[in-house]
Amino acid sequence: MDKYSLPLKIFMYFCIVIFFIFILLPFIEMFYASLRPLKHLFRSPYQFYSDDLSFWAYREMWNTVPLLGRYIFNSFFMAVTVTFFTLLFVVPAAYSYARFNFPFKQGSLWVLLAVNMFSGAVLLIPLFKLLRTFDLLNTYFAMIVPGIAFCIPTSIWLLKAYFEKIPVELEEAAYVDGASRIDILTKIIAPLSTPGIVVTAIYAFIQAYAQQFLFAITFNSIREYMPIVSGLTEFIGYQSVKWNEMMAASIVGVFPVLIVFVFLQKYIVEGLTAGAVKN
Amino acid sequence: MKNKSKLVSFNSPTFLAYVLIAPAVIYLLCIVGWPLFETFRLSFTNASIAGEDYVGFENYEKLLASSKFSKIAIRTFVWTFFSVLLKLILGMIGAVLLNASLRGRTIFRILVLPPWVVPIAIGALGWMWVYNGHFGILSGIGIRLGILDGPFSFLAYKQSAFIATMVTDVWVGTPFVTLFFLAGMQAVPKDLYEAAYCDGAGRFRRFYHITLPQITPVIISMSLISAVSTFVSFDIIFIMTEGGPRGATTTLIIDTYKMALGNYKFGRGSARAVMIVLMITTFAIFYFYLLSRINKKVSHG
Repeated sequence: MDKYSLPLKIFMYFCIVIFFIFILLPFIEMFYASLRPLKHLFRSPYQFYSDDLSFWAYREMWNTVPLLGRYIFNSFFMAVTVTFFTLLFVVPAAYSYARFNFPFKQGSLWVLLAVNMFSGAVLLIPLFKLLRTFDLLNTYFAMIVPGIAFCIPTSIWLLKAYFEKIPVELEEAAYVDGASRIDILTKIIAPLSTPGIVVTAIYAFIQAYAQQFLFAITFNSIREYMPIVSGLTEFIGYQSVKWNEMMAASIVGVFPVLIVFVFLQKYIVEGLTAGAVKN
Repeated sequence: MKNKSKLVSFNSPTFLAYVLIAPAVIYLLCIVGWPLFETFRLSFTNASIAGEDYVGFENYEKLLASSKFSKIAIRTFVWTFFSVLLKLILGMIGAVLLNASLRGRTIFRILVLPPWVVPIAIGALGWMWVYNGHFGILSGIGIRLGILDGPFSFLAYKQSAFIATMVTDVWVGTPFVTLFFLAGMQAVPKDLYEAAYCDGAGRFRRFYHITLPQITPVIISMSLISAVSTFVSFDIIFIMTEGGPRGATTTLIIDTYKMALGNYKFGRGSARAVMIVLMITTFAIFYFYLLSRINKKVSHG
């Protein structure tokens, strides 16, 4: 195949730089803002360079919003809980879709995709009433219960693609040898599908972490249960907005997802697209 | 023969299959199915915190008669259309760049994902900063270059706020589109390219005649998925402008939210939610219809 000529190479790198400036711009701005003292932010005219950058905001933010640590914990805790229950629902269902033929199989798979279309925002009113009926408003469950529901559909599709890759002959051989269904599931399927389950878990965790905002502002008004995304509004005070601390807290607040992402990014890129491309 | 019958019985519809999917299905029926049904029912009532009475089609009549609603609907379609278009174009450019055998592409592939990984609410905060008139970089560069006379708050004016929220939505959606286009490109058999190269096809021709047709299914599914998620995109607008200034960024979903949970008019809010569901469903059906028409044409011609 032909090699890239030098001008083409330079042009492509140039495009890549532009592309990534767009992708990373808000993060760079956030980080930069978190390092600048508050009074410098309002300097006019705009200055690209500040002479006294510091990590002061990262220390001060815990005093400005005393519950900040709690908010980050809440976000993490709720995302983990949602992930756990999502897997509990999704693993058997995905296995069933991958291995068995039954009436309404294709139809129900499409209905699952349709669930994604309705997203949380469309169904908020009855959800609000439902949660109120069961006295779940203003609890962790108010954000966990709907969170699980909207993680299930895509997770089933993801994991189903993984299960389908495991040769059915393996199971048949075990079946012929007299292994029970439960044995097959726990001793053959579970170990072989661990990577797929990990990808699904990561996906569910990221989505659960991201979707908390809507449920939090709608179904919860108790400060102690707030996730970080809605807790950030507390930096907006009566007198002034502590912008630099807000940005610092945002960066610290996304650490849980970023850590999950950095360690497992290889699986995410491969796993998310594995099932999609085939069709 | 004996072996085959074993195979069939192994894959046959069983009680077990239903038992395994039952928990997920029942959960979704309670948390999504029932609320969907309830939304339809409430849309025919004047439900509020106080109580509810059946009012027939009154909510819908009001809705369809108001010019405000049609304005909001048109605005939502325009916002969605351009946002999806930009996502697809940028996603394609990004995928081509990340697919090229350049040094550092492994890192590029990781770096493209943060907008998708980070909660939208926090990404939106970052963009609010970028758009800020006094300390945002866009306004700063504009002043330095002499394009702007003074601080310009992008979110404070109707047109710029409309475009600014759209750009943020494009930013949120682009990584996902890029990732799937990239995966599609990598699944294209390599020998197709080699054969074309031997026949003297240049880079652009190879892209146009091999890559594009090969990844068409991915393009089609991504445009549908993006369109639907953009149509009901909530966090970005709600955080950045709350639908303002003067309604310039109020989309259907924002309008629904404000009506239902800002004013506690559950009935009228539900009618709006039903309209959204109907619009999405109509769009999806129309989309699939168009798709099958195109497929027929392609296979016949």
